[in-house]
Amino acid sequence: MSDTNKDALPITVRNVTKTYGDVYALDDVSLDVKSGEFLTLLGPSGSGKTTLLMVLAGFTRPDRGSLKFGDEEMIRKPPHLRDVGMVFQNYALFPHMTVEGNVGYPLRLRGVSKQDVATRVERALDTVQLGGYGGRRITELSGGQKQRVALARSIVFEPRILLMDEPLSALDKKLRDRMQIELRHLHEQLGMTTVYVTHDQREALTMSDRVAVVNHGRIMQLAGPQELYDRPENKFVADFIGDSNFLSVTREGGTLTAGGVKLRTSRNVPEGDSLALMLRPERIHLLEDAADDETNVFDAKVTEVVYQGESFLLYAKLSDGSEVAVRGAIRADTFAGLPRAGAPVRLGLAAADTVIIADREG
Amino acid sequence: MATTDINASGLRQDERMERLKLFGLASPALLLVLVILVIPVGWLFYVSFVGADGSFSLENYERMIERKSYARIFQTTFEVSILTTGLCILIGYPLAYFMSQLPQRLANLCLLAVLLPFWTSLLVRTYAWLVLLQKQGLVNNWAISLGLWDEPLKMVHNLNGTLIGMVHIMLPFLILPTYGAMKAIDRDYLKAASNLGASPRRAFWTVFFPLSTPGLFAGSLMVFVLCLGFFVTPAILGGGRVILVSMKIVSNIELFVNWGAASALGVVLLAMTIVVLWVASRFLNLDQMTGGGH
Repeated sequence: MSDTNKDALPITVRNVTKTYGDVYALDDVSLDVKSGEFLTLLGPSGSGKTTLLMVLAGFTRPDRGSLKFGDEEMIRKPPHLRDVGMVFQNYALFPHMTVEGNVGYPLRLRGVSKQDVATRVERALDTVQLGGYGGRRITELSGGQKQRVALARSIVFEPRILLMDEPLSALDKKLRDRMQIELRHLHEQLGMTTVYVTHDQREALTMSDRVAVVNHGRIMQLAGPQELYDRPENKFVADFIGDSNFLSVTREGGTLTAGGVKLRTSRNVPEGDSLALMLRPERIHLLEDAADDETNVFDAKVTEVVYQGESFLLYAKLSDGSEVAVRGAIRADTFAGLPRAGAPVRLGLAAADTVIIADREG
Repeated sequence: MATTDINASGLRQDERMERLKLFGLASPALLLVLVILVIPVGWLFYVSFVGADGSFSLENYERMIERKSYARIFQTTFEVSILTTGLCILIGYPLAYFMSQLPQRLANLCLLAVLLPFWTSLLVRTYAWLVLLQKQGLVNNWAISLGLWDEPLKMVHNLNGTLIGMVHIMLPFLILPTYGAMKAIDRDYLKAASNLGASPRRAFWTVFFPLSTPGLFAGSLMVFVLCLGFFVTPAILGGGRVILVSMKIVSNIELFVNWGAASALGVVLLAMTIVVLWVASRFLNLDQMTGGGH
């Protein structure tokens, strides 16, 4: 199964639009998923990410547009002829069949011989670390095991494209974290083109080669996890991925000012007058000594300090009234040394971390 | 540990009180069941073992075995019940499927249409069929004037009429549990089947149908058991040509004033019904008959 990579197919989406009444679930979406890539559609609920996945699977018929797997146009093909694997949010395992019955189902439909079904089912179950579970009833399985069975069923017929619709959302956090890594490894092992839907930004960053951030039926940005986090193209992406505060930036000639401070930045600044400074809590630090030339310094007053175990979160108010959060690691006894509410602090932001983005949602 | 018993007896007493209160709530119904079910059935049971001379006797049961006519009546009863159940499945299952696929608002409307006859008198509905199906009835007159057939068809006072009437009365009992089971089937199952390569037909037979069978079985069993003791409709629409156990019971009492014979028939019918239910319960969960859980 390890060399299915060469069979992976690229997905080409062109100008796909789907409306429900006046609402655009998908608004002229175009997207290229590379062969063998792990691409995540990330967005809030109602953003259109699931609709797009359903268009790929063939369960939602768009108003117009084109969808190609490789060179083949698929948009009018019924779902049962598309030959893509899919993991459903609630797994959709057939309750009247055993684990073996479920995993073997796509093989039996394809007329695979009884013996081959048995070996391939066992191999698929081994792949998801459920070897020997074939005889179990679905109702006897835990959530994590159901997840694995659903995964086994979606890969057992070796589809060249795998779709996943929030497959981990029903699991508790610990299991979810482990499954994220496992799915990642599985993808490396099987190499099929994978489109993954989630509303969990951390999950998207953890697992994906690239992430498409979706909102209002449009792709707001398509980039690798680091670029997405570090260089968001617009305020929606900056806000949706990670925590951030924004300060509005005024531009006068070549000078940029935010929160009463003249900004130094080593980043590119977008065109236009409507700009915002993105402040990631973990990129801001508390200054004790004088700052160097490469640091922007904001004077602020602490409003609240929150203990969160591995880190603290400190809220502070700038002189112009805007609120900023600062996150820092906690080591032995450092929490006790933090300034209390009401104390004046100086917040430092390195020029390299001074990210200025266009102040628009899309 | 000396403190482990703290409040234990008080808490136990509270528990007992709660159970007692719950039982108290059920007692009117239990009393009613006792008075109108257990006592009369017990009395029937007793009467069935009393002979013509007033002493204990098995003559009522022996007669059933000796006379061929009784065997035929039981056979007819089972045949009519099986036929009715089969026709109900043929008509009801596709209808339930159709309803389960409709948008909820339309489905509710259809459900109302299925339930509406329930709220109409059984007698009225049965006589309505008589009006429709008789020799000079609406159906025959229309069909002849439209040229569908030339001579009036005999659709009533025979097996045809019995079946038409019984199927009509029984259909809701089949449709409701079947529809319930179908509504409970997650649509994602069918999507999954389709995604895994099943054509709509394959998906139906491999996923939807098996998941709907508990409801179908429950409905069929309900219809079958109700048919075994059905009286009014087959009596009127059968016109005396289709004689079921229930009719024989009535004629034993009204014509021959033989309570012992009637009681014995009643006891046998009850025993057969219990056997049917017992056999069925070994294959399916009877909770389904009341729309209960899976």
